[in-house]
Amino acid sequence: MATKVLDITKEHCPMTFVKTKLKLAQIAEGDILEVLLTEGEPLNNVPKSAKEQGYNVLSIEHVGGNTHKVTIKK
Amino acid sequence: MAETKKLSIIAFSGDFDKLTAVFTLATGAAAVGYEVNIFFTFWGLDAIKHKLGRSFTGGNWLTKLFGFMMGGLHVTPTSRFNFLGAGPKIFRYLMRKNNVATLEELVEAAKVLGINLYACEMAMHVLGLKKEDFIPEVKDVLGVATFLQISEGGQTLFI
Repeated sequence: MATKVLDITKEHCPMTFVKTKLKLAQIAEGDILEVLLTEGEPLNNVPKSAKEQGYNVLSIEHVGGNTHKVTIKK
Repeated sequence: MAETKKLSIIAFSGDFDKLTAVFTLATGAAAVGYEVNIFFTFWGLDAIKHKLGRSFTGGNWLTKLFGFMMGGLHVTPTSRFNFLGAGPKIFRYLMRKNNVATLEELVEAAKVLGINLYACEMAMHVLGLKKEDFIPEVKDVLGVATFLQISEGGQTLFI
């Protein structure tokens, strides 16, 4: 079980979603993906769409500024 | 898991900005779990030609000339502020500078996300284009009836 990190704080729509989706597709079943993202559209929708696609959103933490860390288990 | 959501887009325009809208919506929707279909017709076919610049595609002298004038993805004009072809270059510069995906990056993302790309049989016939003129990711050549079947039960947009 590995933990991968994806930073999409510098990305904009639709690449925030595209990069998360592709990363989640790449990692193995049981792996953890930590997504660093900003408030607004990414924070509102990345965890939501991950859940809708059957992934397990373990936590959402505020890590400073307007950056949050979303932990997703495949 | 929720039921499958679906977005089907009729890409009629060959304008750089409108194609950017097509591929932004398509990749965004695919990334959040939608099944996405894009049906390219008329000017929109420029976006899926495998020759990205200008080339004499077509069957006779007239369609070959049209093929050259229409060109591929790299030479699509903007619907406003085209400035004889400088417009798209300026927008590409602004997009890169602001870390927004360019049209080419969006098309690559669409391929990786497995978005279904279709070409319009009638428009291809008029413009003398063959399936071999398009990128290999183009899944099929269709008409209206099949497109309606494919898009049934989802949202449809005309761009």
